[in-house]
Amino acid sequence: MAPILEVRDLVKLYPGVTAVDGVSFEVAEGICFGLLGPNGAGKTTTIEIIEGIVPASSGEVRYAGAPLDNRFRNEAGILFQKTALQDFLTVRQTLNLFRGLYPRGFDIDELLQLCSLQKLADRDHRKLSGGQQQRLLLAIALVNDPAILFLDEPTTGFDPQARRNFWKLIESVKARRRTIILTTHYMEEAQRLCDEIAIMDRGRIIARGSPQRLLAEHFADVLIELPRDDFPPEARSLPLRLIEGADRIEITTDDLDGTLRALMAAHVPLRHLRIRPPNLEDLFLELTGKELRP
Amino acid sequence: MMRRLLAIWHARNLEFLRDRGSLIFTLLLPLALIVGMSFVFGGPERAVFKVGVVTDDLGSVHHPFMSERFVDFIPVDDLAVAVRKVGRHQLDLLIDAQRGRTRYWVNEDSPKGYVAERLLLQSDPQAIRQSVSGDAVRYVDWLFPGILGMNMMFSCLFGVGYVVLRYRKGGFLKRLNATPVTAFEFLTAQVLSRLGLILIVTTMLYVGVGYVIGFHSAGNPALLFLIATLGALSLIALGLTIAARFSSDELVGGLLNTLTWPMMLLSGVWFSLEGSPDWIRFVARLFPLTHILDAARAVMLDGAGFTAILPQLVYLAVTTLVFLAFGAWSFRWRTD
Repeated sequence: MAPILEVRDLVKLYPGVTAVDGVSFEVAEGICFGLLGPNGAGKTTTIEIIEGIVPASSGEVRYAGAPLDNRFRNEAGILFQKTALQDFLTVRQTLNLFRGLYPRGFDIDELLQLCSLQKLADRDHRKLSGGQQQRLLLAIALVNDPAILFLDEPTTGFDPQARRNFWKLIESVKARRRTIILTTHYMEEAQRLCDEIAIMDRGRIIARGSPQRLLAEHFADVLIELPRDDFPPEARSLPLRLIEGADRIEITTDDLDGTLRALMAAHVPLRHLRIRPPNLEDLFLELTGKELRP
Repeated sequence: MMRRLLAIWHARNLEFLRDRGSLIFTLLLPLALIVGMSFVFGGPERAVFKVGVVTDDLGSVHHPFMSERFVDFIPVDDLAVAVRKVGRHQLDLLIDAQRGRTRYWVNEDSPKGYVAERLLLQSDPQAIRQSVSGDAVRYVDWLFPGILGMNMMFSCLFGVGYVVLRYRKGGFLKRLNATPVTAFEFLTAQVLSRLGLILIVTTMLYVGVGYVIGFHSAGNPALLFLIATLGALSLIALGLTIAARFSSDELVGGLLNTLTWPMMLLSGVWFSLEGSPDWIRFVARLFPLTHILDAARAVMLDGAGFTAILPQLVYLAVTTLVFLAFGAWSFRWRTD
């Protein structure tokens, strides 16, 4: 199937800075595509070039096989990181305003229900909490029942509960077979929502694929976690690959049995030992050699 | 405390200096004001009264009143037109000293006319007073269109200018840019919204205040409505040219003030520009407000018809299109 979105050799130069440095990828219809990376990696610039908000210095974006045109504006839904709305309008009036800008789209009551905003419909949007505001902005992004939905760090600043609720909303959109382009620096978010990801750092894509494939490619191993206090100094001389955290020690290995035997032989207590598969957080660390900079 | 204060002071200075537009503006405005003021109020003396003198050549008139200071003597050749100007508060006094005893015309309702008349009679007690009362309008009648026009100007320029600026700064325009809306659509919606509002307010003021001061328009109310509509369109479009692109509060505020103050002083809101230097009258003719007030006064005070005010209507329509085209061309959705 032809990709719904094609991005070729995007470059964005600002004076003294190359914000986007030759980014290319395609997105198949109906998937959730995640653009991951630390703050300042160029995610927002890339996504805003694709949305047609920021002009690229060079490169090309094609939607449904054609350069961006009015069809794209009619079929795209966009959630920016920060948007002020018109003052003094209620939630419903705000949605009506945006609904009026598109030829087709959701019935407002249906949309209110989809985004759990029914009870807030007649409230001034400035009186909503952070999570409620973001649900309203998502509802605005969905108002035209978009074929492609752009979400730029949609859950930044949320508490864990609100974040989980928002994920459920996105999953209900996914269930409607809409294409979603998501930027995030939360690896957990990407792992839960994305079918395919591209990891960006310093304006470039440094890895691309499904989360499972990327993890399998970069980690043949499992991770063993131990509390730092349980790890005696003499055990450090063992031939193990160690990653030292603040209060934990992680051991990566492809020979679980052998490693466990060696630890037991060194009298390392295994009472608090945890074995887990590697996640995107570990992958990012592996690829960039640095922690995420949230 | 001083360290924190100094840090904030320094950061604010940097911010201000880096905002080039505001900086240039801050330097240019006082300069322009000083230059402008020195022209308007400079010279050896400043005229307080405007007195029309019926003559072809001012130098040939030898009358003791002509040596009074602070009086601007303006030669007039058409007596009927000049008498009408006295009635309209465009001249404080009119004298005819060509032959025999001096005749003079004064509007009994004009405070400045009263004082000018005292001065004249001191130097020439024999002067004969001619009445303009039948045709005279009260100062308040003359001022009324000016006040309505000024209110319209402030509402149009600031109302549109600051609102669009706020939309841009908050990212609301950026959000709209992600929808199929075009700049022309957005701007037109702003124009129409403000136009409706200003017409309602102006009509209410016209009816309400007109009733209180006992004002009766001599002309066709439909023509007044047409002038108000075209005038408001031109002023709103002018506001949009300023709001179209900038993102700095200080710059936009400054530019709006730069437009409104000269218009308020030079468009004839408070006093007539009769007898002012040519360049001031030339500048005044550029302002939409001047044409709004000229047309409105012609209709309200003299009962002028459509053809009489056609030049003003055309000017307002043309400036509306020019300003809108410029606004749409220079429009920016985002802060740079």
